[in-house]
Amino acid sequence: MPDTDKTIISVQDVTKRFGTTVTAVDNVNLEIKEGEFFALLGPSGCGKTTLLRMIAGFETLTEGAILIDGDDVSSVEPTHRPVNMVFQSYAVFPHMTVEENVGYGLRVVGTPKAEIDNRVKEAIDLVRLSGLEQRKPNKLSGGQQQRVALARALVKKPKVLLLDEPLSALDAKLREAMQLELVRLQENVGITFIIVTHDQKEALSMANRIAVMGDGKILQIASPKTLYEYPSSSFVADFIGQVNLFDVTEQGVAHGELTLTVDELGAMVLPGVDTNRTYHKLALRPEKIGVAREKPSEIGLVAIPAKLVEDSYIGDQSHLYFETPGGKSLSASVQNRDRDDHHLNKRGEQMWLYWHPAHFQPLSD
Amino acid sequence: MENWRNNKIAFFILSMPPTAWLMIFFTLPLAIMWVYSFADRGPQGQIELAINFDNYIRAVEWIHLGIIWKSIWTAAIATAITFAIGFPLAMGIAFAPPQWKNPLLLMVILPFWTNLLIRTYAWIAVLRTRGFLNFGLEWVHDKINAFFALFGLTDVLGQFEALELLYSHNAVVIGLVYVYLPFLVLPIYATLEKLDKSYLEASLDLGAGHWRTLFSITFPLALPGIISGCLLAFILSMGTFLTPDLLGGTDSEMIGNLIARQFTSSRDWPFGSALSFLLLYFTFIVLWVRATMSDRNSGPVK
Amino acid sequence: MSRRRLNVNPLDYSRKLWMRCAMGFTFFFLYFPIVALIIFSFNDSKRNITWRGFTLKYYEKAFNNNQLHEAFANSLLIAGISTLTATVLGAMLGLALYRFRFPMQGPYEGIVHLPIVIPEICLAVAMVAFFATVEVPLGLVTITVSHIAFSIPFVAVVVRARMAGFNRALEEASADLGASQWQTFWNITFPYMKPGIVAGALLAFTLSLDDFVITFFTSGPGSTTFPIKIYSMVRFSVTPEVNAASTVLIVITLALTTLALWVQSKSQRNESNA
Repeated sequence: MPDTDKTIISVQDVTKRFGTTVTAVDNVNLEIKEGEFFALLGPSGCGKTTLLRMIAGFETLTEGAILIDGDDVSSVEPTHRPVNMVFQSYAVFPHMTVEENVGYGLRVVGTPKAEIDNRVKEAIDLVRLSGLEQRKPNKLSGGQQQRVALARALVKKPKVLLLDEPLSALDAKLREAMQLELVRLQENVGITFIIVTHDQKEALSMANRIAVMGDGKILQIASPKTLYEYPSSSFVADFIGQVNLFDVTEQGVAHGELTLTVDELGAMVLPGVDTNRTYHKLALRPEKIGVAREKPSEIGLVAIPAKLVEDSYIGDQSHLYFETPGGKSLSASVQNRDRDDHHLNKRGEQMWLYWHPAHFQPLSD
Repeated sequence: MENWRNNKIAFFILSMPPTAWLMIFFTLPLAIMWVYSFADRGPQGQIELAINFDNYIRAVEWIHLGIIWKSIWTAAIATAITFAIGFPLAMGIAFAPPQWKNPLLLMVILPFWTNLLIRTYAWIAVLRTRGFLNFGLEWVHDKINAFFALFGLTDVLGQFEALELLYSHNAVVIGLVYVYLPFLVLPIYATLEKLDKSYLEASLDLGAGHWRTLFSITFPLALPGIISGCLLAFILSMGTFLTPDLLGGTDSEMIGNLIARQFTSSRDWPFGSALSFLLLYFTFIVLWVRATMSDRNSGPVK
Repeated sequence: MSRRRLNVNPLDYSRKLWMRCAMGFTFFFLYFPIVALIIFSFNDSKRNITWRGFTLKYYEKAFNNNQLHEAFANSLLIAGISTLTATVLGAMLGLALYRFRFPMQGPYEGIVHLPIVIPEICLAVAMVAFFATVEVPLGLVTITVSHIAFSIPFVAVVVRARMAGFNRALEEASADLGASQWQTFWNITFPYMKPGIVAGALLAFTLSLDDFVITFFTSGPGSTTFPIKIYSMVRFSVTPEVNAASTVLIVITLALTTLALWVQSKSQRNESNA
């Protein structure tokens, strides 16, 4: 978790246009604190990589300013910026050994030889590449090249480490291992990490804070938990995980608390929700839905009969797809806690779905 | 690719006529010349078949060795200059916006499609004593004199003396650079174009400046293309005949002209054949080096 | 920080001033001689390099020069026959090399591609030695035969490059549907080859029309070609008439090459649309 409240990167009203028609980044504001593990998350083409490259200095800004540790770096070449980057393709120099790669950033600024040797050794130890110092990159696996790229950037002791889709080229198993390792590494070195990713699971599992981007704009900045449980828009709710969306037909206030009406479910009271805003949708995560043969008797639950139309078994869970009498599709996911549990449900069977109304997240868009 | 045995008739119908033509009108002439290179020259310039190495030995005699050495030297200087102006051009095109790349490439290749003779001739008009270059220099010269005349200093640079550029070694080098520039630019461009730009970004990101990046990253990674382009320009310059013939003076003769002379005024075909084969062997060696280099260096380019 | 705001990305080298200066200089170097040659073919002055007004009289003079006429006719005749023969033979070679795997393929390919890489002067004197040995007098025939020899590999390379994009499954589909090998070739393979053949033919024509060194050595009395005529004029002096004749040759060559490029890009467009 962040150690201080000091802002290390400040993105102020930044806009990037390519030509006159394409706006890749649209008036973005962002404050990143020292020591954070920050993720820029969004679908491809949302401008997240462009934003990262602007912080690194590879793209100029059309408008706005970027401050690193209080200094406006908008007109500073990447060579002189106190940030370093891990590239998506790693960009490990193929004509240099591991050791030469890691030492490159120190050699080019004239660091004394003895210091280079020490710091390179330290960095290679840190990413657990000891013993491979003399290897050329074409004799390294993808994961090892990734570590070289990490060591090469970290050895510079940057104020911020930028990672552009660092794990996208690794296979699934290795990716998970590297996620854990990156988190461990970040905690060890205490450097601010900014990672760009389109993989919501990656962002949720690694980052302290996540900015979700869509269409060049930042849609929500929040902790992983807040982002998942309290999304601010249907785009965010849908992009992060699965979601059931209900259209709100009527909005009212009863006893000072918000009531929203949804077809087939009737009016529901949502305690603790801002009554001054207008809501158009209710979001509900599939795992919040309980499935039963009989109507649950507990008071205060929302319950609706539904027919099972499709089920997909994915090992730890099953995704069940239902249709309500009114024709609405709902998905629920259930843990397969007993080996044969999933046989319980047959397609076409009438069941009851139930959940607590507090799990509803009202959305204004 | 299918094995020729599966379809022998089609294979022979397709391959025999062109093979026959090339065997008779290309390989056979070379073979005859090869035989001649071991023959003796008769008193009237006729060929007396023999098997000796006299012609090859004569080729490395001092007077001829000088011409061979000058050819290598001239080709090397021309290649170095071609590289010095060709590399920035290749880099400029490789890093140009995508919609500009093809028009710029076309502009590099376009002069190469005009006739070699005409391209060389065009330089005569530029380089001769009353040519465009001296004309331009004289203009600058007069302007400078006129400028100083404003301050009462007359004839600061003195009378303009035209440079004797044409029919000299320098004119040959200029001509070679001009003619073979596209051959050097294209392979280098192709390598730079394929180069993953992240390597250069990573270098800048790690604190290296543009020059450091050029020497530590761009040059080493573009080396296959650089070697390929330079060797190509080099062997083409080595084998040139027309450029020294039109632009060179009496002392600018290169090996191509020496060979030509044996088949025209000197009428010493056996010696010309031997020289011709020496040039061929040299060409083959350079091409072989080029091929092995590009095999070995094919790694870094993605 | 007082540095000026960057408006060029760090790797946009082509947008940096020094790079633009270098490229500008190189393009000036590449174009100035040719452009000057063309412009001064219209200059109304015999010797001077200063502009004395526009005229077409040197073109008129060149067009009325009987020797140039004859040389041009020779060039066209040689280029025509050479192109026809070299295109057929080169296309066969290109197709064979694309299609078949055979013993000694590496050395064979090396030998048939040699005419592209060996110094022109070596090939020229070898042809001279050859024709003298077989006692064929130098003239239009010997020039044409030599042109065919060095054009074949160029055509083969172009055709083979074209065939590299061919989907062999089309031939298999044709055979599967009952077509004979010959029918498959004419209905399936040949139409695909055609743009390559046209481009190869235009290349062969340009090579033949432009060739000087080999033509110069294999020509005899009465077989002067256009470049050889220009060469003999050039040896005397720089005159606007030579400029006019050169300009004509430049225009023809550029027109043919543009046509070749157009044929290639058109066939590529058609296929990508399909």
